Amino acid sequence: MAIPIAEELAKKQREISVAEFFERNKHLLGFDNKRKALLTVIKEAVDNSLDACEEAKILPEVKVEIIEMSEERFRIIVEDNGPGIVKKQIPNIFAQLLYGSKFHTMKQSRGQQGIGISAAVLYAQLTTGRPVKIVSKISPDHPAHYYELHIDTTNNKPEIMKEGDIPWKKDKGTKVELDIEATYQKGDQSVDQYLKATAIVNPHATIIYTNPKAEQLVLTRATDKLPKEAVAIKPHPYGVELGIMLKMLRNSDSRTMQSFFCNEFSRVGPQTAKEILDKAKISPQQKPGEIVLAQVEMIMKAIRDTKIIAPPTDCIVPIGKELLEKGLKKEVNAEFYVTVSRSPEVYRGIPFVVEAGLAYGGEQPGDESVKLLRFANRVPLLYQQSSCACFKSVIQTNWKPYGLQQSQSALPVGPLTLAVHLASVWPPFTSEAKEALAHYPEIIKEMKLALQEAGRQLGIYVNKRKKAKEEQERVSIFENYIPEVASALSRITGKSKDSINASMKRMLAKSKEFIEQNQVRLQGEKDD
Amino acid sequence: MTKQKDKIKEFGDEIVTSVEKGKQPKIHIPVRALSNIVFNQKTKTLELGNKMADRYFFNVAHAKKFLQTVEVAAVSRELIETGKHASLRDVFYMVKRTIPNTSTNIVDDQTESDKSMEDLELITSFSREQLHVNANKNGSVAGSVVIEDKGDVIDWSKMGSGGWSIPSNVEEITFKKVHARYVLYMEKAAVWERLHEDKYWNKHDCIIMSSQGQTTRGIRRLLQRLSQEHSLPIFVLADFDPYGVYIYSVIKYGSINLAHMSGRMTIPSVRFLGITADDIIKYDLKKHFIKMKDIDFDRLKQISEYDWFKNNKPWQRQFKMMKDFGAKAEIQALSSRGISFISEKYLPDKIKANDVLD
Repeated sequence: MAIPIAEELAKKQREISVAEFFERNKHLLGFDNKRKALLTVIKEAVDNSLDACEEAKILPEVKVEIIEMSEERFRIIVEDNGPGIVKKQIPNIFAQLLYGSKFHTMKQSRGQQGIGISAAVLYAQLTTGRPVKIVSKISPDHPAHYYELHIDTTNNKPEIMKEGDIPWKKDKGTKVELDIEATYQKGDQSVDQYLKATAIVNPHATIIYTNPKAEQLVLTRATDKLPKEAVAIKPHPYGVELGIMLKMLRNSDSRTMQSFFCNEFSRVGPQTAKEILDKAKISPQQKPGEIVLAQVEMIMKAIRDTKIIAPPTDCIVPIGKELLEKGLKKEVNAEFYVTVSRSPEVYRGIPFVVEAGLAYGGEQPGDESVKLLRFANRVPLLYQQSSCACFKSVIQTNWKPYGLQQSQSALPVGPLTLAVHLASVWPPFTSEAKEALAHYPEIIKEMKLALQEAGRQLGIYVNKRKKAKEEQERVSIFENYIPEVASALSRITGKSKDSINASMKRMLAKSKEFIEQNQVRLQGEKDD
Repeated sequence: MTKQKDKIKEFGDEIVTSVEKGKQPKIHIPVRALSNIVFNQKTKTLELGNKMADRYFFNVAHAKKFLQTVEVAAVSRELIETGKHASLRDVFYMVKRTIPNTSTNIVDDQTESDKSMEDLELITSFSREQLHVNANKNGSVAGSVVIEDKGDVIDWSKMGSGGWSIPSNVEEITFKKVHARYVLYMEKAAVWERLHEDKYWNKHDCIIMSSQGQTTRGIRRLLQRLSQEHSLPIFVLADFDPYGVYIYSVIKYGSINLAHMSGRMTIPSVRFLGITADDIIKYDLKKHFIKMKDIDFDRLKQISEYDWFKNNKPWQRQFKMMKDFGAKAEIQALSSRGISFISEKYLPDKIKANDVLD
């Protein structure tokens, strides 16, 4: 008897582990090429260090070292002075994909999904076969834990190669060491640039960076003020999609739908909860676990039809006008700085704040496109510039009135660095590699307003400077012409050249106002 | 010559006095732009209106022109003082230099010093020639005429193949003998040479005169004197194109640039002999057409809208035909009918029939 084909096929059908999936799809996580891989690994490690320090209210001091082991093989060491990690969590954090503390809370942080560092570990394992080496210590009274880990990609579970306690002279902190295949290059989209940009938006952090050429760069902190602690908020109904709603209902501890809405969402009180449930034709007493899909659809519609106050915005921690300016001043050599920090706004129930800064003049080339620095939750975005909301808002802003040149749908041209920062509990990235921000109209609108506000101040400065320069030129025109006119008049009249010269110089000196008066009086009068 | 010198000094003194008094130095001058040009219907000439403008030194937009004007005035005074004459080109080089500490030249282009010279004419009410500045010689004349120029007696009939070249300043010429029925002025030196070789002026009792391109002041003044002092009719022979018409228009009515000299230049009685659109048809010159470009059409439109052509029906007819042809023709196109066709047939027929445009 023949075996049905479906049975045959069934033999091949089995679960794919996340780790296996990412093994095949490295590019989704920012490992498309060797150069980018180097940056992504460092970025993930540094993001984690900075997040950990801030959560523990420690002024971050992060050491980054890249050592060239052989051609296209680098050792990356990132060490921080953060709170350390408790022993039993170390394997999970570093060697299991999608393991993390941040995914389940609505809270502003650099990392989100718990993919980053474990993906870096996976990449190291794939390209060099070497395990990740971790040292972590949580207090001077504890020993430093040492681990060497692999990821068991079939089961997405940590595989401990080596563990033990070792002496470490640091009080607390974490050190990660990875060997990867990569290439190192300076310039745009390089590690150097990424760390410099990181220093701009994290003026409270000190970064000590040693590149493969053994050159050390110390980016010293510009302030001792830690950013305000980010508060976790509950999701706002407007920002919850059907799938998430379904999951929340399944996992809810609430006994009734009424209390489910009141306890698990922000800005939903008994009155609002009742209104939503009424519209969805669901009894407030029903158990969340009993809700079926059709009812969830009703709920989603009811939410859309109900007026709910915007979510609280105190959960956002912007960099702030002053600190952003300090950051820019520290890393960009310019002559004029403006920063803007907007009030919080909301997209799809998710609060966000847009900040913008610009540094004008100095040694920056005046005949090239402006340099655009993009940030999301204090993390620089280096790739996919043209598909980012930041880029779109810059090109949609008219920079001509602010004294820059600009052709249609292009970055303006001028000696300028622009920084655009989005702080949000959930920045809408266009991909898991977190390279570009999605084009939400609410976000683009805020970005444009921030840029315009900064641009206006730039315009005032540029025009003032232009006017002063013109005034100077004007005076120097007369200064240089006077001897010539005096000489000609002397030849015509036979009078002393020196005395005519002196009289005219006196008039010029007396008369910056005089010139201006005449300028006004003569406006509109032109001879051929 | 002291009158000219005094006038320039007066101009300089005025500026120096206001400087000494701490008053803004300025030059008071009639506006020499299209907006201040009027066509005097009575005299049929272009004249300068009475709009005046002040050129201030302490004004960024005026400073350079101010300097150019006093500079040219100084040069002219020095020329008068030493009794020498210079060409406009000479004046340009005498004025041109870089102002110390700047990258600016007092003048970059001869048109700038030329304009200043024209301004000086307005300021002093003396002509450029009287201020000892001449244009380059440009043009030839031949005919049964004897003149005296600075003591030399010159017979225009005995000047060889080149003819007498017309100086820029013809004020001091006196006519000893003029034997001619009319003057034929043409824009092409090559055509003049043709007529001269054929002894056209001898056979037809006339004076032939030419320039290369635009008519210089010397020629215009000489034509005017022949017209006024000897009542000779003047005929213009030019290409069949907008520029040919413009040459005629300048001689007859004056130009915008020299509107201030109208009285000394224009000849209201001058007539246009050819080439006309009718000549083209009559002598079958269409096959020698040159296509008109956009710029030619634009120029034609401008000229046809001039006040003095606007209501002139015969001219409007010519303009329309030119536009319809969409083409222009040179005087030399007549040579297609034979090298001496112009002197033996075309001109005698035209003159005899008085086939002219006014």
